[in-house]
Amino acid sequence: MSTTTAPIPAEVKRHTVGHHFNNAEQEFSAAKLGFWIFLCTEVLMFGGLFVGFIYFRTFLAETFLVAHRTLSIPIGTVNTVVLITSSFTMAMAIRSAMVNKLGQMKMFLWATFLLAGAFMAIKLGIEWPPKFEHGTLPAKFFNAEHAFEAYPFLASVESPHIFYSLYFVMTGMHGIHILIGMGLLLWIIKRAYAGEFYSGFFTPLEIFGLYWHFVDLIWIFLFPLFYLVG
Amino acid sequence: MSTTTATPAPATEMDRWPEKHYWNATKGLKSWLFTVDHKRIGMMYLISILTAFFLGGVFAILVRTELLTPGETIVGAKTYNQLFTLHGAVMVFLFLVPSIPAAIGNFVLPMQLGAKDVAFPKLNLLSLWVYWLGSAFAIYSLFAGAVDTGWTFYTPYSLQTDTAVVSMVFAAFILGFSSILTGLNFIVSIHKLRAPGMTWFRMPLLLWALYATSVIQLLATPVLAITLLLIAAERIFGVGIFDPALGGDPVLYQHFFWFYSHPAVYIMVVPAFGVISELVATFTRRPIFGYRFVALSSLAIAFIGFFVWGHHMFVAGQSEYAGMVFSFLSFFIAIPTAVKIFNWTATLFKGSNWLASPMIYAIIFLVQFTIGGLTGLFLGALSTDVHFHDTYFVVAHFHYVMMGGTVFAFIGGLHYWWPKMTGRMYNEKLAKVAALILAVGFNMTFFTQFILGTRGMPRRYYNYLPEYGFLHGFSSIGSYILAAGFVLIAFYLVQSLISGAKAGANPWGASTLEWKTPSPPPTENFPDTPHVQTGPYVYAEEGLDASRRAA
Amino acid sequence: MPTNDSILFPPQASTYAADVDALYYFIHYVAIFFWVLIVATIFYFLWRYRRGHKEGVGPTHSLPLELTWSIIPLILVIAMFFWGFRGFMVLSRAPGDAEEIHVTAKKWLWNFEYPNGQQAIGELHVEVNKPYKLIMTSEDVIHSFYVPSFRNKMDVLPGRITTFWFEATMTGEHQVFCTEYCGDGHSDMLAKVVVHTPEDYQRWLEESQVEDTTTPLPELGERIFAGKGVCHTCHSTDGSTKVGPTFKGLFGRQEQLADGSTVTVDEEYIRESILQPGAKVVQGFAPTMPTYQGQLTDREVAGLIEYIKTLQ
Repeated sequence: MSTTTAPIPAEVKRHTVGHHFNNAEQEFSAAKLGFWIFLCTEVLMFGGLFVGFIYFRTFLAETFLVAHRTLSIPIGTVNTVVLITSSFTMAMAIRSAMVNKLGQMKMFLWATFLLAGAFMAIKLGIEWPPKFEHGTLPAKFFNAEHAFEAYPFLASVESPHIFYSLYFVMTGMHGIHILIGMGLLLWIIKRAYAGEFYSGFFTPLEIFGLYWHFVDLIWIFLFPLFYLVG
Repeated sequence: MSTTTATPAPATEMDRWPEKHYWNATKGLKSWLFTVDHKRIGMMYLISILTAFFLGGVFAILVRTELLTPGETIVGAKTYNQLFTLHGAVMVFLFLVPSIPAAIGNFVLPMQLGAKDVAFPKLNLLSLWVYWLGSAFAIYSLFAGAVDTGWTFYTPYSLQTDTAVVSMVFAAFILGFSSILTGLNFIVSIHKLRAPGMTWFRMPLLLWALYATSVIQLLATPVLAITLLLIAAERIFGVGIFDPALGGDPVLYQHFFWFYSHPAVYIMVVPAFGVISELVATFTRRPIFGYRFVALSSLAIAFIGFFVWGHHMFVAGQSEYAGMVFSFLSFFIAIPTAVKIFNWTATLFKGSNWLASPMIYAIIFLVQFTIGGLTGLFLGALSTDVHFHDTYFVVAHFHYVMMGGTVFAFIGGLHYWWPKMTGRMYNEKLAKVAALILAVGFNMTFFTQFILGTRGMPRRYYNYLPEYGFLHGFSSIGSYILAAGFVLIAFYLVQSLISGAKAGANPWGASTLEWKTPSPPPTENFPDTPHVQTGPYVYAEEGLDASRRAA
Repeated sequence: MPTNDSILFPPQASTYAADVDALYYFIHYVAIFFWVLIVATIFYFLWRYRRGHKEGVGPTHSLPLELTWSIIPLILVIAMFFWGFRGFMVLSRAPGDAEEIHVTAKKWLWNFEYPNGQQAIGELHVEVNKPYKLIMTSEDVIHSFYVPSFRNKMDVLPGRITTFWFEATMTGEHQVFCTEYCGDGHSDMLAKVVVHTPEDYQRWLEESQVEDTTTPLPELGERIFAGKGVCHTCHSTDGSTKVGPTFKGLFGRQEQLADGSTVTVDEEYIRESILQPGAKVVQGFAPTMPTYQGQLTDREVAGLIEYIKTLQ
């Protein structure tokens, strides 16, 4: 990893600053301020769900303690590592743009995309199918017969379906954010190939990076709450 | 008091009707639907929210007509329940929340900052499209069975009724994003795009108000979003979080709902405070008395407003101690609000007071909003609230602040900035007559409802005991007078577009930056970036300028 | 209904009502004082300092004024808070010796169950100057029990119990409203608290145990229709459709049932519908009618049938 900025490649598309901004610095700092504010709204939205979690965890403590054992800690850990690595590759992509190493930048962007895909594949392909089999599903889909067969201890607690409702709503909300991120990332990769990003302009990468780290952070709260502590 | 409306001969180059301005800069429907010009976006918002106001108003007239007599008057119980629900939902989500920020703020804010546009013009356009998308869902739900839950969607009733709850909550969910995007844009614009020399305490008070509102929009709306999603999920999938039959808690729903909806009422009224500051400054030709206190009181209201939601739930089954905390905090909001009223009143002292039509609306606001605010005291006190909760007293209180307050301020602001937005003056005499009609109609309709409330008349009642008949009838007649006033306003505003006098750059003699451009303004607002050297309310000379001395 | 002494309020019919009204009037006069002060000042300044006056320019700020008009209102509102809080604690906490009555709310009626097991729909009979505590729950959605002349209300929740206590100080009938929107019949979900003197209460107790054998059947039926049966909440007598079918012209009518079969409305059908309402539901109506099994005597059911026959 070089620390010196390479010269701007010739094929790069030079960025024009918006007509309502005075200069590129103002535009960049406005974009960052705007996105941090948006992240506040995301914190509040997920926050509402976390409050719901805390509320039911308090009133159905035993149910949560017992039901969380049906989640797979190894798979959850693997997914956590995958996501944290993808945050690292995203940060590296931004760094590469800053020093005009555009080939490296594209590689790191693809790595982030693939890791995100791996997260979803592990979740949807490995982690969730057994849940469907065993009927440990949210809300009205909770199949008591199958669930109690697979996990007899579930039969002794109150309202186990609420645990699974919260689990699927919260990790599902998070998963939707990952998918949206993957879509945005593809768009960014397309723009990267079109030569839009270089040391003088990498705002979309910076903004996406903020988003991606946030999504990672949410998972870092979800994982211990659901998988480790219950 | 003067009644003149004619503009004197153009005093400056800027008073001439501009050749190129934001209306004719580009042509065609597409150039409007895909514009990034904040002024065009503001105008499209204006048309949209006025349409929503008309729709909500039609529902209101139907409600009041049904209430002319006990029992069935024009519709059955279920239809009546849908009508009051739709009146509330349309007025709150499609009209009041966007109104001043989206229709007036989008137009005026960049200009008052001395900027060419908001920080994120494309996001601004997106917020308009999202508003239209949300409104489309709301209109769709009207035809898919409507909603009969009240705009508050309390569970478990909202989980069981067979009306189109999911599409209506989805509409509100989408509309929330429009609100968030507007707020985000305003905050970044105020932080980053102030003209050189415009420090925070040199900003016009409308900007302080919009800033405080934007903070509330950003922090409160996401909680509503997730609450509405959970209602939809519960109806479709039976999640079980709010439904007691599935192990959930209906009071938890109320906490989630009011955590947004109480700050939401400040989203609706704080921008109105900003408009009133602008009107009072211009029409007294003085800086607002206690500028810093007025500016910071908007932030104080925004802050305190997040901690009082439980005052909607004193008898909901929450603990007495929760009730105590919420009641105590609720009273604190009265103080920054009172501070504003006192400061506006003090501004009139030795001002050069001009009772032009926008100022008439501001004065009526002061009279009516003060009633609305003071009646909040009865509701903040625990023991009196027990008697008044869910009665017409509450209905009267919130109509006094939301309509007697926000709507009147909005109409005042619409009149004030009308010349800037359209380049035309409206008929001043008709405007004054309309203001009087509105005031009479409004107070007839809603003051009566305080008395209905103290006498125990519950709200959301289709049928009522005969002893309440006279007051209901009186209130309904008032609502027809109110409607007539709005029709008159629509008439002369449209008339002004066709044959109104050309306004010139600054027909009111105002001091903020938007008045230093031609009317209507050019797309780029200011050809050169303005440099600010003073506070916002400094007038060319004390007393009148020549053009108005004759009047 | 007792007549009103004041324009604004129903009579004060409970031990805590006077305190609630007193706080109301305190806030009321404070509010009027400030409103008049503000509005008068506004209009005076508007007139005295209208454009063209020669009195010079006013000040732009004043810290002493800001403090004054912040601190004085603050003191006043804190006083309001304490008074309201104190009153609220009285409203919320029943005395230990209060007699308990169980209340069940459901769309759209109030059912009262007395300690002796007796039940009544729509009417709560109590003694004056005696504390009662209502133990309330709902069978479906949130309702709210409100007695304006007592100045108290409390939401009634499904899956939970809430309480409402009172000691009535005035005899007579006191209106009860449901004050949490609960659907089509919300505004008809009424009840009465009937407050008796001790002697009257005893008399009512005896009478309610004794069957009414003298009132002619149709008249008895009409009384029950409008009174304790609360049938009028869901059934009209003028032909209009409410929650349930109209009673006008009901007797002898051919009705199509939800399962497709037809039935002629006779004495047996009406009786069955009162006691087992879910058995033969008319097509187009929801099966929400509660059963009156155990609530009405045979004679009362017969009275209802005879009353319905008169509605042609």
